Amino acid sequence: MEQVFLKYIDDPNQHKIDTYIEHGGYQAIQKVFKEYQPTEVIDTVKASGVRGRGGAGFPAGLKWSFVPQNTGKPIYLACNGDESEPGTCKDRVIMENNPHLIIEGIMICCYAINAHHAFIYIRGEFAHPAARVEAAINEAYAKGYLGKNIFGTGFDLDIIVHTGGGAYICGEETSLLSSIEGSRGNARIRPPFPAVEGLYKCPTVINNVETLSSLPSIFNNGVEWYRSHGTEKSPGTKIFSLSGNVNKPGNYEVDLGTPLSYVINDLGGGIQNGHKLKAIIPGGSSTPLLMPDQIDTPLDYEAVAEAGSMLGSGAIIVIDERSCMVWVLMKLINFYAHESCGRCTPCREGTAWLKQLINRIENGDGQPGDIELILDVCDNIMGRTICPLGDAAVMPVRSFIQHFRDEFEYHIEHKKCKVETDYPFV
Amino acid sequence: MILKESTIKEIKTRMERYPSRRSAILPALTAAYRQVGHLDNAVYKEISRVIEIPYVEIAEAATFYTMFPKHEVGKYLIQVCHNISCSLRGADNMLIYMQEKLGIKMGETTDDNLFTLISVECLGGCSAAPMMQINQDYYEDLSREKIDTIFADLRAKAEEEGK
Repeated sequence: MEQVFLKYIDDPNQHKIDTYIEHGGYQAIQKVFKEYQPTEVIDTVKASGVRGRGGAGFPAGLKWSFVPQNTGKPIYLACNGDESEPGTCKDRVIMENNPHLIIEGIMICCYAINAHHAFIYIRGEFAHPAARVEAAINEAYAKGYLGKNIFGTGFDLDIIVHTGGGAYICGEETSLLSSIEGSRGNARIRPPFPAVEGLYKCPTVINNVETLSSLPSIFNNGVEWYRSHGTEKSPGTKIFSLSGNVNKPGNYEVDLGTPLSYVINDLGGGIQNGHKLKAIIPGGSSTPLLMPDQIDTPLDYEAVAEAGSMLGSGAIIVIDERSCMVWVLMKLINFYAHESCGRCTPCREGTAWLKQLINRIENGDGQPGDIELILDVCDNIMGRTICPLGDAAVMPVRSFIQHFRDEFEYHIEHKKCKVETDYPFV
Repeated sequence: MILKESTIKEIKTRMERYPSRRSAILPALTAAYRQVGHLDNAVYKEISRVIEIPYVEIAEAATFYTMFPKHEVGKYLIQVCHNISCSLRGADNMLIYMQEKLGIKMGETTDDNLFTLISVECLGGCSAAPMMQINQDYYEDLSREKIDTIFADLRAKAEEEGK
């Protein structure tokens, strides 16, 4: 399969600018400067159908077209490399192996939306990936690819790396902007949408690392080539982070629409040590479960939605027969309770209650009626918060109970797991 | 002064690149944390003087971000991921083993002040689980043997630096 992001994953020098150029890098941006007007870039990206790879899958070109060009204010681009959805580790591999691909993508986007300042927001724990990206930016400045009058075009662009402080919420676009501005990472009410009033109250586009990294390939090879990968509505390739109970976890880049079973069995070497598959989280920890009989679901936005879940960030977490689902859900809800920013009451209080209830079931202190209470708390979070973190916490809870209610009931009644195993304490 | 000249210089260099002074708060906290090893009121006050933003605004932002310890920790801060992908690959076991090996419980620091052990949420190393972060470095695909080696190497390094 043809690859865009990980094509040179085995080249230890790919992060260096000379190697990147040897491999055809910085050709797309020069072509764009020579042959395209900014509006034509937006039209091309729209025609390519590339969708946001951060989780929501929103068409990138359409997002850019919302930016007003007549406000007299500067326009900003924020590249989202906060990557904190459990299971997701795809942007990190691009930052480490192919940082110039991100920079070139940022250049294309900035030219299209007329931005001269871009920020790359990288989660604080990624000290080394951030250093890689910063080194790459410095190389690009030294070559005259960033700064003033790039390639003699008169176009100026500065890129700043902004590292976070360990907050999942800062991957949410408005929280990310609050964080760049120096505030606590609280989400903001929309409207106004960031495209109109974002960073420093100026029009701002926020795109994921992987989304921006898709752009050079579109301009190097053409829209038709790009659309020859993936499906009609979900074109292109995508990196899937495969983790959990598989023999070969890893980051795998495949065409969208590739069957889930191909990623798990052919690339991932099947379920760990020949165990039986129990459930799959297909798109990061917040996405509802897929069951073993859905393993052939094509990995594109529409097909996964039709199967009752979401493609999300493409983080596939595989769970085999050894796990008690109450225990797995406890791990997830502890995360959401910890990461709720605390601004909206339903999320702050609700995730804390869900954590308490699920932990007490796991610990053998569950009471009759706890499952109903959990679902009631879910109802009071869903759709009642400023940002999607509350919904993200509710979706797995509802899904786990829907598919494995028997395990929760057993846990409450018998004060222990229905699954008879010492796993993971082996 | 707690902050070194080089740290202050880094903070100022970064601040100048932003359209707004306030944006330097998080970079300043990061630079200070990397030098000092933790953040507290004394550090916020120095940052406040460097970037000329009221102390309370520095503290307000800092207390939101959990990556920065807010009290003194050992020379090596061990942060073990306890989220789903790592748990499915035996993170709980690794945590038990590390507590035994270091002779401390979660959240504690060894008597020689070398290691502080905590568990944290997802660090984005899911496909190389179980994993942990010690100071700025990631250690992945952990096993008991690997942990033995990592701890021994860090002890040796600390001894070397102490000479």
